[in-house]
Order: sequence, then structure tokens, then C-alpha cells
Amino acid sequence: MNRKWIVLGTAAAVVLAFVAGVAVFTNRATQEVKQAAQTNNEALVRPHSPVFGNPAAKVTIVEFFDPSCETCRAFYPIVKSMVNASFGQVRLVVRYAPLHPGSDTAVKILEAARLQGKYWEALERTLAAQPQWASHDRPQPDMIWSLISDVGLDMARARADADGPTIDQLLRQDIADMQALKVDRTPGFFVNGTPLRDFGEAQLKALVEQELKKSATR
Amino acid sequence: MNEEQPIAPHGDGRNAAFWTPLFLAWLLALLATSGALFLGEVMGKTPCVLCWYQRIAMFPLVLVLGMGLFTSDVRSVRYALPLVGVGWGIAAYHLLVFWGVVSEGLVPCGKGSSCADADVQVAGVVPIPLLSLTAFSGILVALWMARARATT
Repeated sequence: MNRKWIVLGTAAAVVLAFVAGVAVFTNRATQEVKQAAQTNNEALVRPHSPVFGNPAAKVTIVEFFDPSCETCRAFYPIVKSMVNASFGQVRLVVRYAPLHPGSDTAVKILEAARLQGKYWEALERTLAAQPQWASHDRPQPDMIWSLISDVGLDMARARADADGPTIDQLLRQDIADMQALKVDRTPGFFVNGTPLRDFGEAQLKALVEQELKKSATR
Repeated sequence: MNEEQPIAPHGDGRNAAFWTPLFLAWLLALLATSGALFLGEVMGKTPCVLCWYQRIAMFPLVLVLGMGLFTSDVRSVRYALPLVGVGWGIAAYHLLVFWGVVSEGLVPCGKGSSCADADVQVAGVVPIPLLSLTAFSGILVALWMARARATT
């Protein structure tokens, strides 16, 4: 009987050590990300990025976004309705984190549509059809061209813009900022500079609420 | 395995000189398993293909040897040894890949993380496959001792 307790006690000790290790590690990682967000504050919002909602809103949600990412697709309507329901107090800044193969091409197409003022239409179509074009082992981002062919773009110009240096530069800057801010998965949210560490819809809403309250007392 | 070897009957803890080495083997498997889970799930290092095969050999050892300890059943050694042997072989191969002795082309590691990646290290110095090989070797020695003690 004694030996059974040795086994159980050892197992319990290892499990406890594991849990403690998780706590220490996540705490340290959270500190690192917060630090990165503070020291690289200017990397959060760049003037070149798409903004949804009131540009002068008090609360800014920065989303590092990957068009191929399923969770980004699932969060799109959530974030959109948060901005819409805020009466101009919350805005969304879209940054790119092309972590999947083919995402860079998709981003370039979306940005080409933005140059002609059709960004959100193109984005919504791209996300709606994500299961078709964004298979992770065989992505076909060029399919997006046909998805957005009827939103009213000058397609020849859009194709030239997508391959042009302006959009390339924008994407490079976003990738550099993503690395500086230690974003390694998408969607990566920051609310007024505070990273959303404990990921989830409720947690994001709570963080936005908290920032709204802070801005109200200011 | 020697057929004449006396087998501890189920639940018999009286003549259990094998228990301590069996416990050591189990402890090593338990530490290796929690270490692998910590690296993968908490630190977010994606296991490469060879890492997965080693995990497949290592994780069940915790349960097989744990049951052996719990019921003082030396037969658990017999069931654990093939897993340890396979795991040891894959760990050794992985280390050769990591050190560049064998080219990775032999095993298509595909996308995800590369088995020969320098990132496959703990604290920047100890390669994970070396840790794995050490764990499998320790378990092998401990199980061999358990078997030797059970037969005498």
C-alpha cells in the first residue's frame, strides 16, 4: 500500500510542478509581450493601415490579421459589431500578420482593392470564401481576384497595384511590427496598447469595456 | 524474455526487489512526458515528425510502468521494453539528423518545424533529441536492472 502512495505522491508532485511551471512561464511571457507593446508603442498603429469606425475614437483595437486564419474569420463579425455598437467610441485598425503560405498574396489583393476604395467589400468576400481558397497545404489566393471581380474595381490597375512597391512596403512594415510586438499567432489583439493575452471573445469585450471606462473618466 | 523467469503474481508486493528500478524508469518517463508537454503546449514549440514518434513511444510508458508499479507487476517491463527500444532508436536517429550526420532528406519533415532545426534546443545548448535519448537510455538501463533483480 505504501508503494502506491509513493507512486501517487510522485505523480501529484510532477503535476504540481508542471502547473507551477505553466504559471511562471505564462506570467513571464505576458510581461514580455506587455513590455514589447510598451517599448514599441509606435509599431502598433501606422498611418498606412485600414481603419474601421470613427478615426478619432477613444478606444483603438489593433488586430494583427491573417486572411487565411479561421479564427480571424470567426472574429471579423464580432469585432465589426463591437465597433458598430460603440457609437464611435471604438475603432479597429487592421494590421497584417501573414503567417500562412499564400496570405501575403491575399493581403496584397486586399490592399489593391483598398486603393480603389473597395477594401471592406473585398475583405468580406475574401473571408466568406476562405474555406475555398485558403486551404493551408494548397492555398489559392489568386482565386480572390475572381471573388472580387464584381465589386467595381479597375482590375488591370488593381493587379498592377498588388505587385507594386507601395503595397509591398506596407506589408513589410506590418511584418516587422508584428515581430517587434511578438505577435506569433492570429488574430493578435491590442486594445489601446494592451495585448489581449487570455484569448477569447469575452476577454476581448472585457478589455474594450475596461478601456472605455478609463476613457470616460479621463 | 526468459520463459522460466518467475513472474510476480498480480498484486504481489512481497518479493519486489525490482520495484525501485521500475520506479526510477517510471519517474524518468513521467519527467520526459511532462517536459515534452511543457515544451509543446506551454512554450509553443511545434513538435517535428521525429519528435512525435518519440512522444508516441514515451507517453504510454507512464501508464504501462505506472500500472506495473501500482500492482507490483514485473511483467510491465516486458510490455514497456519494445516501446523503449523503438523510442531509443528514433531518438538516436533524430540526434544524428540534428547534428547533420544524416541528411534530413531521409525523413520528409514536411512543413511545420524541421527536425534538424537549431531551435530544437533547451536553454540554447541542450538539443531536445539528446534529452530524449538520455531519457530513453536511462529507462532502458533501469528496466534492465528491474528485470535482472526480478529473476534473481
